[in-house]
Formats: sequence, C-alpha cells, structure tokens
Amino acid sequence: MSPRLRGILFRIAQAIPVVIGVVIIGFVLTRALPGDPAVYFAGAAADAASIAEIRKTLGLDLPLPQQFLIYVGDLLRGDFGQSISTGQPVTADLANRLPASLELTLVALLLSCAIAIPLGVMAATRPGSLIDHACRVLVTAGVSLPTFFTGVVLIYLFYYLLGIAPSPLGRLDFIYIEPDRITGFYLIDSALAGDGETFLAALRQLVLPAVTLALFTLAPIARMTRAAMLGALSADFVRTARAAGLTGRTVRYTYAFRNALLPVVTTLGMVFSFTLGANVLVEKVFAWPGIGSYAVEALVVSDYAAVQGFVLAMAFLFVALNLLIDVTYTLIDPRIGFEAS
Amino acid sequence: MLSVTNLAVRFQTRRGPVDALKGVNLEVASGEILGVVGESGSGKSVTAYSIMRLLEAGGKVVDGTVRYGGVDLSDPSENQMGNIRGREISMIFQNPRAALNPIRRVGDQIGDVLRRHARATRTTAKAEAIKALEAVRIRDAAARVDAYPFELSGGMCQRVVIALALACDPKLLIMDEPTTGLDITTQKAVMDLVADLIRDRGMSAILITHDLGLASGYCDRIMVMRDGEVVERGTPLSLFTAPDHPYTRRLIDATPRLGARIRELLPVEARTPMPERRVENEPLLEVRNLVKTFPSRSGPVHAVRDVSFTIRKGQTLGLVGESGCGKSTTSSMVVRLLDPTSGQIIFRGEDLAATPASRFARDPRRARIQMVFQDATDSLNPRHTSRQTIAEPLRRLGTGASNDRIAELADLVGLPLPLLDRFPHQLSGGQKARVGIARAIALDPDLLILDEPTAALDVSIQAIVLNLLIDLQARLGISYLFVTHDLNVVRLLCDQVIVMQGGAIVEQGPAEQVMRNPATAYTRSLVAAAPQPPALGDAAQ
Repeated sequence: MSPRLRGILFRIAQAIPVVIGVVIIGFVLTRALPGDPAVYFAGAAADAASIAEIRKTLGLDLPLPQQFLIYVGDLLRGDFGQSISTGQPVTADLANRLPASLELTLVALLLSCAIAIPLGVMAATRPGSLIDHACRVLVTAGVSLPTFFTGVVLIYLFYYLLGIAPSPLGRLDFIYIEPDRITGFYLIDSALAGDGETFLAALRQLVLPAVTLALFTLAPIARMTRAAMLGALSADFVRTARAAGLTGRTVRYTYAFRNALLPVVTTLGMVFSFTLGANVLVEKVFAWPGIGSYAVEALVVSDYAAVQGFVLAMAFLFVALNLLIDVTYTLIDPRIGFEAS
Repeated sequence: MLSVTNLAVRFQTRRGPVDALKGVNLEVASGEILGVVGESGSGKSVTAYSIMRLLEAGGKVVDGTVRYGGVDLSDPSENQMGNIRGREISMIFQNPRAALNPIRRVGDQIGDVLRRHARATRTTAKAEAIKALEAVRIRDAAARVDAYPFELSGGMCQRVVIALALACDPKLLIMDEPTTGLDITTQKAVMDLVADLIRDRGMSAILITHDLGLASGYCDRIMVMRDGEVVERGTPLSLFTAPDHPYTRRLIDATPRLGARIRELLPVEARTPMPERRVENEPLLEVRNLVKTFPSRSGPVHAVRDVSFTIRKGQTLGLVGESGCGKSTTSSMVVRLLDPTSGQIIFRGEDLAATPASRFARDPRRARIQMVFQDATDSLNPRHTSRQTIAEPLRRLGTGASNDRIAELADLVGLPLPLLDRFPHQLSGGQKARVGIARAIALDPDLLILDEPTAALDVSIQAIVLNLLIDLQARLGISYLFVTHDLNVVRLLCDQVIVMQGGAIVEQGPAEQVMRNPATAYTRSLVAAAPQPPALGDAAQ
C-alpha cells in the first residue's frame, strides 16, 4: 500500500470517533428540543388517547437509552428512519435534497473563486491602487448585505423589472421535465443525457441564487488571497527570484501565487462548510429544494429522524471535505507529509 | 566595472522620510572583491538593493548614479533590467533556506533562471541545472536536483542559492551577509567555495557583512559604512593596523578576536577596570550522565548522550558546538524546561531532575535558575513595557514588584529609568537585551543560562552586553552557563568550556587552553574556521 493511500485510510479511521460523537449529540439534542412530534403528527383535532397511541407507534414511549439503541441499530442497517412530515424515508429525502444544495453551493463557490482570487491577486500586486480599493469596496459590500436581501434585490431587478431571469421557483421551470437521475445534479444529469435545453433551463434557474451566495462568500476568499499574496510577495524567495532576473509573471505566479494558495485553500474549505449549512436563507428566497430548508422545516415540527439524518449527512460531508483539503495540501506543499504519524 | 557615485536613497515611512543613503561612492574593479562592512542601519544592504534596483516600495533613489560597464542602470526598463539581473549582476542572500522557494524543486528554480536568460530550454534545463549544482561542488547533484529546500541543510541551501546566482555566468556577484545563520565550519566552507568560484571565473564581487573578520579574510578592499555614509576605505591590513576614523577604530575594537581581553572590546574611554571576580570551589551545579533521547519514526534520536559537567559558584561555563550538537537540548534540561531521559541535575545538593519540568514552574527553586534568551526582541512580550517585563518574575516568584526594586535592576543593567515605560518596539537592540537580562536577574538567581544572548546584536552592542554580564557576575556572584557557537566570545567570557558534537562532549577544559591547544580534531576545525581579523599592530606581517 502506498504511503499516501495509507495516510488517507488513516484519516478516514480518525473520522470514526467524530461520527460516533455526532450520532450521540444529534440524538440527544433532538430529544432535548422542545416540541412533541406525536402532537404534530396527530393533527389539531387529536385527543390525548390518540396522541399516546401515535407516540407508541413512533416508539417515543420507550426510555431514551432504548430509543437510542434502536436508532443505532437502524443506522447500522443503513436505515435513517422515516420523516414524519414528508412521509418518505430520510435517505430518499436526503438523496433528493443534498445534490440540490451541493449544486448550488459548488456553482456559487466556483463563481466566487473565479472573481475573488484574481481580484485578491491584483489587489496584492498593486496595494493602494484603484483596484485595491475597488476590491475592498466590493468585498465589504458583499459581506455586509445579508443574502436574503441581495437575493430579493436580484429577483426584483432581473425577474420583475427586466424579466431576464426565470421565476425564482426551484431548480427547474415547471414546463421542463427533470433529467434522468444519475448524480442528482441537474446540470450534470442533463448534460449526460445530451439534453441541452434542460441544461440551459437548469442553469438559468441556478444563476440568481448562485450569484447571491457568491457575493456573500467573495469577502473571505478575496481577503485571504490578498493577504496571502502580500505575504508571499514580500518573502525572501521572491526577492531571490527577482534578483535572478525572472520576469514579473513567473515571479507572481510560479513563485508567489503557489505559495499563497495554501491559506486560500484552508479558507475555501471553511467557507464551503459554512455555506452548505447556512444557505437556508437563499434556499428559502428562491424556493430551492435544498437540504438547508429541509432541515429547518424538520426542526420546526420536531421531525427527529429528518434532523438526525441531516446532522449525520453534514458530518459525513465535513469529514470528506477535510480529507479533500488535506490531500490538496500535500499536492500544493511538498513539506506536508501525508504519513500516519 | 561598477561605479556608484553620490548615491542617495530615501525611504518614506510613517514617521516621515528617512535618508538611508547619503551620497555613497564606490567602485569595483574587474576581478576585485570589495567588502562593505557596517552595523545594522548603516545602509550596506540598501546600497546593494539600489544597485540591483530591487528596493522595496517606499524606497527611492533621490540622487546619484549607478554605472555598470558604462551603462547607467537607471536607464533600462524594468524588463531590460531583468536581463541584467542574473546574467550580468547576481546576488546571494542571508538566510538561504528562506531565499529559496519552499515548494519548488531546487533544480526547477535553477532551471527557471537558466531558461529566463536563454541558457537552457525546457528539455535541457534539468541537465544544465545539474551542471550548475556540480559547479558549486554539491555531491550527487543528479539526485539533489529534485530535492526541495526543506530536504537540504542550511549550508547546502546556500550552495543552491550560489548555484542559482552563478548559473548564467554573471560578471559581478553581490553577497548580502551570505553566511549569517550558518555554522562556523559551514561558513568557512561556503566562503572558501565562493572565493574560489569568483577567482576561477574572473568575476568581481561585493561582500556585505557585519563581520570585520570575515571581510578581512576574503576582500581586497573594505569600506566601512555608518548611517548611510562611507566613513573609511582601505585594504584590510591598513584598516586594521591604522584605522583613521574613530568609528572604524571602535568597530575593530569591538570585534572579538585572538588576544583581546573583554574590556578591550569597549571604546578606550569606556574601559573601566575589570571588577574582582570570585570563583568559589564549591560546585553549584553538577550534571551527571545526562541523556536525552527523542523518539521518532525512524528510530530514537540520541540528542544528548551521557553528558556530565560541573559549574562552580561564580564560574562561567561555555557550551560550544554546531547546530544539532545537543547544546540547546542540554541547556533546556538544565534550565528545567525539558525532562532528561536519564541522569541527574544536582543543584546545590538537590537533584532537580526528580521534579518534572511541567511542575518546575511552581517550584521555589525556579527562581534560582533563570535564562537569557537568544532573540532579545522575540523573547519580550510586545505589549508589555520594560517595567512590566521586569516585574513579571518578581510578582510571580518573588516577594512582589516594588518600584524601588525595578529601578535598582534597571540601574544594575544600565537601562535608563525613563525607558522603563517603553514598549519593546520603542527600544534599540541593546536596550532590549538589557531588559531581558534585568528580567533574568530580578530574582537574584544563582545560575543564569545564556543562550547565545548576543547572536542577534551588532558587534559594538555585543561588546557592551558582554561587559555588562561580566560586571553583573562580579557584583552578584552568579554562575553562567553560556551557550554559543562563537568561539571568540567563549574565549572572552568563559572560565571553562565544553565542546559538544553529536550529543556528546568531545572536549572540555579551561577555555584558554582548549582554544589555544585543542586536543581533538573537531575542536581544531572549529577554532580554525572562526574568522580572525588581523590583530592591531600586525603591520609587520
């Protein structure tokens, strides 16, 4: 086994206690929250007896440790339980909703990086210049406007006034049929199916929410790029490179930028994880059927299985993300060994 | 070949413009090595950067010209200047590890330069880089070409930097403190190598250094700078034997050298008589069979192997060796910041090793052993005034910090009282060193561990601090464990010396004897590698 593969396996093994912790905390927290799913499930007209009966069918009358054991047993069989609000198995709900959120977040982040990183680099190479100030203004504006506000403004401008954007209702306009499900990402699925029209339709729906989210995530990425780039440009090795006659381009990109990437990747990972959980507001504004709005709805009605499923899915995602970042580090920086120490 | 006339450089700072260079003239003839010597802030590095047009933003040449081979170097565009850098004029820097791109293979970095100056193509770059590495006598260059800087030693990194600078056969090489931070034997190896290469290729060079001894060993001519001006120039011998300018005189005096006594480092008017020092026979510290082994993936690392020594009351013991020899590990164990694997540290009859380092901070004996750290700046809390810094140990381990006691300590270390309410960034290097010493002696310790306390200081400040340490020892009867790599300083300050190599003691004895007649080959190589300025009055030679 190669040392890198062993290192990756070791990291995955390290994640096991994290997941166990998340399972326990997720279970305890949902039980600790106020609200009774049985009352909600029974409906407004229910009497005490029917509520008690429902509680019994849901298994909520058992003592907590026993409930926990049943829950863990189900988890081990791959059964995340059934959502009482949607009536679907939680795994099916997650499989529907998670790709929607991931698609939105990834597109937003790609967009954000495509703007923020060049902007940060330009700001750092000319500190105090017009572009540096422009960068600062954009970044401050992006982070100080709440996403639901930018979202609504964008809808007002591009849908209501200009009429360029489609109605902000979900991932696909109702006249289109969902592409065959392969990955759950509409863009990828429609492209795989060779359905250009659906692809464009999905893209049109995606633009406004992605821009909203991108504006918000611009700030940390641009700032970190600028700071890291400034640091790298004043490093001794950049001076050596310049003293050896290397051109500005080589110095900036091969020497300074690659060294500045490390903190940028770290920031990207952090931004990604917090956006994925925090884009509820964007999902709400654009009626995006994502995992954030799913979790909030489930939380409101104490839908235990759904909330626990969400928490667990997030935990897995973060573990995977951290692993990805660690692997990226080793690709950028040879000093970081990937050995099981 | 290179002529700089009336060069003036001004830096815009937050506190207004600062003149870094005030009309500097210099000439380098073909095949000549010029030494530029001065202390920090003298403008010697700024001179080099102005020649290369590599001044940071904020620095501007306001007057004067730099002509290289008849061309005014202010004329070429930035792009044309790039053609001159590396191909005509090259530069090597201090701190070689930082001077190389940490995440690029050294061969690729040399290849970048070769390709920039059309000395190689993408396909031949690697082979040419190997040749460049072989030229600086790196063994097994074909394997090293794929190494990253962190995989190479400091001396090896400096060779790579030299290879990079010389890859395109420049005519002029500017060396900015090329050996600062390198071990003394490595310094000699690197300097000998550069000197050979310069001679073989018929190049000219400028050697910028704070070390007069180093400059006199390798340069044809030396110019001494202070505050952005050239105060004196001449051959090494003429400078040392008959310095004209009082500043040169002071600089030469302050340079530790063979035959000089510690008071002779100071300017003549400051040479007070040596205080009486009493070394008692009673041992203060006995280290017995000290061993420290660090576990590591590739097996245990024996950092310190069976080290034993004794320090008597009022005595100074020097601990000498190159980096990685175990001297810092040893001193960390003695100062009780690190637990030994085995062995005893008997201090005034009690074994300190019995108390774990983690609990020693609360031990009453903590006050008895204190430390002065290497970097006077980094070892002070930037948000504490001098007063707070000195008060800290008094409050935590002593009877409380009275203003009288703090004033008394400031007086002892020669720190003017008004400076007590300043922050570290408002103090000079020497003043910071004094604060660090005042903090260490605040609790009247019996033993001070001095970890290269003068390594980061200018020679004139070093002279003052060393004399201060001697005076304090005489007044307070403290014993010193002096950790250093500078043999000239050991000779001045220490009664006894221990030479360490590979975690073990290779030689020990009275300092004067070990320095004069080293018994082992290793000590001999250390003594031989220390640069020796010609002694004053050596004119006859």
